[in-house]
Amino acid sequence: MIRIDSVTKRYPDGTVAVDRLSLDIEDGSITVLVGPSGCGKTTTLRMINRMVEPSEGTILLDGADIRQQPVNTLRRSMGYVIQNAGLFQHRTIVDNIATVPRLLGWGKDRARARARELMERVGLDASLAKRYPYQLSGGQQQRVGVARALAADPPVLLMDEPFSAVDPVVRKGLQDELLRIQAELGKTIVFVTHDIDEAVKLGTMVAVLRTGGHLAQYAPPAELLSDPADAFVEDFLGSDRGIRRLSFFPSGALELQTAPVVALDADAGTIAARGSTSGAPYLLVADLDGRPLGWGDPKDLTAGEIEPGRLLSHGRPFVHGKDSLRAALDAAVLSPTGWAVGVDGTGRVVGVVSQQAVGEAIRSAHALDRGGEDARAVR
Amino acid sequence: MSGFFDIPSDLQHTYAGLIGLHLREALVPVLVGLVVSLPVAQLCVRFRWLYPPVLGVTTVLYAIPSLAFFVVLIDYTGQSETTVMIPLAVYSMVVLVPAIVEGVRSVPPETLAAATAMGFGPVRRYVQVQLPIAVPAIIAGLRVATVSSISLVSVGMLIGNQGALGNLLHDAQIYNRPELAVNSVVTTAVLAILADAALVAVRLLLTPWMPKESAAR
Ligand SMILES: Nc1ncnc2c1ncn2[C@@H]1O[C@H](COP(=O)(O)OP(=O)(O)OP(=O)(O)O)[C@@H](O)[C@H]1O
Ligand SMILES: [Mg+2]
Repeated sequence: MIRIDSVTKRYPDGTVAVDRLSLDIEDGSITVLVGPSGCGKTTTLRMINRMVEPSEGTILLDGADIRQQPVNTLRRSMGYVIQNAGLFQHRTIVDNIATVPRLLGWGKDRARARARELMERVGLDASLAKRYPYQLSGGQQQRVGVARALAADPPVLLMDEPFSAVDPVVRKGLQDELLRIQAELGKTIVFVTHDIDEAVKLGTMVAVLRTGGHLAQYAPPAELLSDPADAFVEDFLGSDRGIRRLSFFPSGALELQTAPVVALDADAGTIAARGSTSGAPYLLVADLDGRPLGWGDPKDLTAGEIEPGRLLSHGRPFVHGKDSLRAALDAAVLSPTGWAVGVDGTGRVVGVVSQQAVGEAIRSAHALDRGGEDARAVR
Repeated sequence: MSGFFDIPSDLQHTYAGLIGLHLREALVPVLVGLVVSLPVAQLCVRFRWLYPPVLGVTTVLYAIPSLAFFVVLIDYTGQSETTVMIPLAVYSMVVLVPAIVEGVRSVPPETLAAATAMGFGPVRRYVQVQLPIAVPAIIAGLRVATVSSISLVSVGMLIGNQGALGNLLHDAQIYNRPELAVNSVVTTAVLAILADAALVAVRLLLTPWMPKESAAR
C-alpha cells in the first residue's frame, strides 16, 4: 500500500502545488488523480518516486518511508509512463523496453527476450522490435511506453496522462488494454488524467483534486457520480453525470421480450399472431442463426418472402447482462423503433426491450441504490 | 624541370608526407578541442549561469588573430607544431562548446523525465541519453571546426615553415613556381571536403535513429 500522509509541496517560488494531501492507495487498485490543470496531479505523482521531494509530510510504501531506500532503487521498482511516451529516440523499440532490466544488471539477451515478451503483452507486433520510435504511430509509441514501464515487473505503476495525446479511438483501445493488463497482472497503479470519463472508466478509486492541491473527494467512481461531495466536484463531473452513472447499473435486470422476435422463415400465422399480441409496433426479424437482421412492420412481412435489405436498421444491440443500462438506453434511443435489441455474448438475439421499460429499470435501480444510501445513513 | 607534385627539398617531406603532417596539425587540435569541450559544455548545461560568460570568453578568443596567438606562444613553445595547434584547439572549442550545449539542451524534457523516473543516475543519464541524442549537433560542430582547422593550418607557414601544405605557398614565391601554390590550395580544399564527407558518414552510422528526411541534411 502507498500511504500519502498529509503531504505538502511548496516550490521554491512559493507556489503551493499540493496542500496537506492524504491518500491511501490500495495494492492492486487503479487510483486515478483527476482535476483541472495546475491542481498538483503531476507533483503528487512525482513525489511518489521522489522526482519531487515533499516539503512536509511523508509517503510510505508498504509501511516504510520511501526515503529509506536509495532513490534509484525506488524508481526502478516503479514503472513510469508519461504523455507522448518520452521514448529514447536513439534506441530501438526493443532496447527502449529493455531499459530498466538493463539498469538492474540483466544481460542483454535476457533483457531483450523480456522486452519481446512485453511487446506481445501490450499488443505490439514483433516486427516493430528493431524500429526506432520515429517510425511508430503515437498510439504504438504509447504502448511502448507502457511496455517499458512494465519491463522489470515493478509492483507499482505511475502514469501521468499517458493517453491524452492520442485520438479518442486509439485512447479507448489503450484504456481497454490497460484494464486487461491490470486484470492479468494486478499492479498498484496511480493514474493521472484531467479527463473525468477516463477516471470513471479506469479508476477503482478516484481522487478529485482542486486547484491549490486540495483533495475535494476520494471515492469509487460510482459513488463520485451518485454523491458528489460539493459543487466543485459536481461541476467537474459535468452535466451528463446521471447518464454516465448508468454505466454502473447492469442490464441483466432488464426483462427482455421474445414475442416481437420472429425468424426469417416464420410462417404467416406466426407473423400475424406475434404482430397482434406482442405489444410492439414492429417485429424484429432474426436470421436462422438467431442474429438480428432488422425491424419490419408486421403488415408488410410476407411469410417466406422477407427481404432483409428492406427491413429497418436494428441499430447497435447491447449485450444483455454484460453491458450496462447506459448501453441499453443508448441502444433504445438510437433504434428507429424506440426498442433496443439485447443479444448474448455470441451476438444472438436474447430479446427486445422498449425505451419505457429501460426507463422503468433505471428508476428502480436508482430506488434500490437510494435504499442502500438510506441504510448507510441509518447505520 | 619541376612538376606539380615535386616538392622542394627544403620542406623535408614528400607530397604524401605533407598531407599526413597537415592532417595531424589540423585534426589533433579538433580532437583536443572536443575532449576539453565536453566537460565545459556539461558544466554550462548543469549551471545555466555559466554559459553566457563562457560564450563571451570563447568569442573573444575567436576574435584574436592566429598570428597574435603565435607571437605570444612562441616564447613558450617555440617555432613548433604545438604553437600552431594550440590556437586551432582553442578555435575548435569556440565552435564545439555551443554545439554540444545546444545539442544536449535539445533533448526533449519528457525524455529526460522518463530517464530520471526509470532510475538513471546523472552520469549514466548524460552518457547514455543526453550525449547520444546530441550527436547530430556535435557532429555539425565538428564539421565546421574540422574544415576551418584544415584551412587554418597553412598559416603556420609564417612561423618557420610549420604550415604543412601551407609551406608550399612560401616555396611557390621563393622558387617562382606558381603551380606549388595551386597544389597547396587544391590539396587543402580536397582534404577539407574529404574530412567533411567522412564526418557525414560517421553521423549517418551513429544515428540510424534519425528520421530519413532530416538526416539528408
Ligand atoms: N518546478 C516548479 N516550480 C514552480 N512551480 C511549479 C513547478 N512545477 C509545477 N509548479 C506549479 O505547481 C502547480 C501544480 O503543478 P502540476 O504540474 O503538479 O499540475 P498538474 O495538475 O499536473 O497540471 P496539468 O494538468 O496541467 O498537467 C502549478 O501551479 C504549477 O505552476
Ligand atoms: Mg501534469
